[in-house]
Amino acid sequence: MTRAFAWIAFALGAIYFFLPLIGTVEFSLRMLRGQYSFEAYRRVLADPRFLDTLGYSVAMAVATIVFGVLLVVPTAFWVRLKMPRIRPLIEFITLLPLVIPAIVIVFGYIRLFNTSSILPLTGSAMGTNVLLMFGYATLALPYMYRAVDTGLRAIDVRTLTEAAQSLGAGWVTILARLILPNVLVAVLSGAFLTFAIVIGEFTMAALLNRPAFGPYMQLLGANRAYEPAALAVIAFAITWACMGLMQLVTRFQKHTRAQR
Amino acid sequence: MPFLEIARLEKSFGALRVVRDFNLAIEKGEFVSLLGPSGCGKTTVLRMVAGFEAPDSGTIRIDGQDVLGLRPNQRSIGMVFQAYALFPNLTVAQNVGFGLKVKGTGRAEMDARVDEMLRLIGLPDLGQRYPFQLSGGQQQRVALARALAPKPQVLLLDEPLSALDAKVRVSLRNEIRAIQRDLGITTLFVTHDQEEALSMSDRVVVMNGGLAEQVGDPHEIYNRPATRFVAQFVGTLNVLEAEVTDPAAGRVRLAGQEIALGRPLPPGRASLALRPEVVSLGPAPGRDLRLAGRIAEVHFLGSVIRMRVAVGSDHVSLDAFNRPDAPPPAVGEAVELSVSPRDLLVLEG
Ligand SMILES: Nc1ncnc2c1ncn2[C@@H]1O[C@H](COP(=O)(O)OP(=O)(O)OP(=O)(O)O)[C@@H](O)[C@H]1O
Ligand SMILES: [Mg+2]
Repeated sequence: MTRAFAWIAFALGAIYFFLPLIGTVEFSLRMLRGQYSFEAYRRVLADPRFLDTLGYSVAMAVATIVFGVLLVVPTAFWVRLKMPRIRPLIEFITLLPLVIPAIVIVFGYIRLFNTSSILPLTGSAMGTNVLLMFGYATLALPYMYRAVDTGLRAIDVRTLTEAAQSLGAGWVTILARLILPNVLVAVLSGAFLTFAIVIGEFTMAALLNRPAFGPYMQLLGANRAYEPAALAVIAFAITWACMGLMQLVTRFQKHTRAQR
Repeated sequence: MPFLEIARLEKSFGALRVVRDFNLAIEKGEFVSLLGPSGCGKTTVLRMVAGFEAPDSGTIRIDGQDVLGLRPNQRSIGMVFQAYALFPNLTVAQNVGFGLKVKGTGRAEMDARVDEMLRLIGLPDLGQRYPFQLSGGQQQRVALARALAPKPQVLLLDEPLSALDAKVRVSLRNEIRAIQRDLGITTLFVTHDQEEALSMSDRVVVMNGGLAEQVGDPHEIYNRPATRFVAQFVGTLNVLEAEVTDPAAGRVRLAGQEIALGRPLPPGRASLALRPEVVSLGPAPGRDLRLAGRIAEVHFLGSVIRMRVAVGSDHVSLDAFNRPDAPPPAVGEAVELSVSPRDLLVLEG
């Protein structure tokens, strides 16, 4: 009885999830009248703006990941080592981006860093890029922090740190040679999530007027019929590839690397 | 001049005084153990020497240099932890070489030293393994090699054997001691296992409630305990309550019997302590003090027979060797114990 119910729930979920996907895929293949073809995909890939915006977003994602790792790994490490009592507070702070809408964050940024402020980041393209990266890092913070903190839980941070210190290591060595390698899997899964978020993000990029992939998808969607469907499928594939890589790395880790 | 000198060390965590007026001077190459019950502050002393905790007051000098201003990574100290603190992402060889690499030692020299250390701990072929592929005993050996590789001035070990099973523990403690002698490295070893402390150390510090109750060589600690705590914590002890009848002549009344200890005693009541091995069942040469008692328990352990004998309202434990031709005494049997007055310790307090 409960088993049947579970299967029904599963089937409903699967239909809810897959039907639009199948519909989109099917639609994206019907650009040429009376036959299935990849014409819509060809046109998307031939559009220089596709590669430009995708390239821009990938670069932003990489920058966000690097910045996020440099920010989150030392912070999570330090909190675990020296201030375990404030961990709940830090955890709460890292959750805030989930409850504060991106649009609020970006308007805040624009107010704080506009051309007449002390730090006029929005005055130049580069400055705006940096601002956008900060915004992305904020959005990714809940996932990144949680992933890294979970990774740190698997090792005895304090003992390993003290062992390294007694062997003469300073903080940079400890972070780079011990902490980071031991939380690499966690960092990577955080990184793939960040990547997926940045690739699809619309609000911040649009409001800061940067040529990112999200606004391009929206633009295309407003003006064409078949190409947006193809683009959606491509974006979906990228996201899933990220998830797949995440799984793969986790698996790979379990087999070859150290557990105590 | 002592090599490692700890003077008037104090440390509190909040209202809890964990280390109190701790003094210790260790000679170069000496092996000293800190022995005491859980929570008495052993680890805290060690961590202050290593630099992981700052004392509230007092001094720590290594080779004449005050090290309190130095961070842990500046102190030239090797440390072995209770939990396996090997770096899980590095191989055994990389673990052992870690301290050398941090120092900027050249490749060739480092490899040679790592090989030397692995041979020293008897694991020359395991350099490419990862820590999780080693047994607990092997991991602790590697931890020892890692601590020793950069040639530290002082070696600190915090209960390095307590996570291992009994057999490995005994063989590894002998090995650690042999390596320590071999290298002549000044060592401070923390344990709550008295057998470990007595068998390994040049000197033992018995700690209680943050205080060093007695410092001395194992023979002295065991045979001439300075305080009641030391007497009771180290080894098995029988305590008999006696009434001093003649303080000057050292006569006491014990379980209804008048005996002479032959040395002056404070007036009033006295606690007399006896190690099980100084008591014999029946008359024995040189043990002319007799105590009448009754067998309360008998445990036949094979080569040894362990007995508890009721003497008045106290109990005395003693061991006798098994004799193939004589069965062990029966419970309830009246027996006579003999001891030498010399072996009766008078406990203060
Ligand atoms: N960082 C700390 N904060 C607060 N209290 C502490 C801290 N470290 C140790 N203590 C307390 O200090 C006392 C002594 O601790 P310590 O670890 O030195 O004992 P120990 O002799 O090593 O005991 P064990 O044999 O159990 O390891 C304990 O009561 C412990 O709870
Ligand atoms: Mg301890």
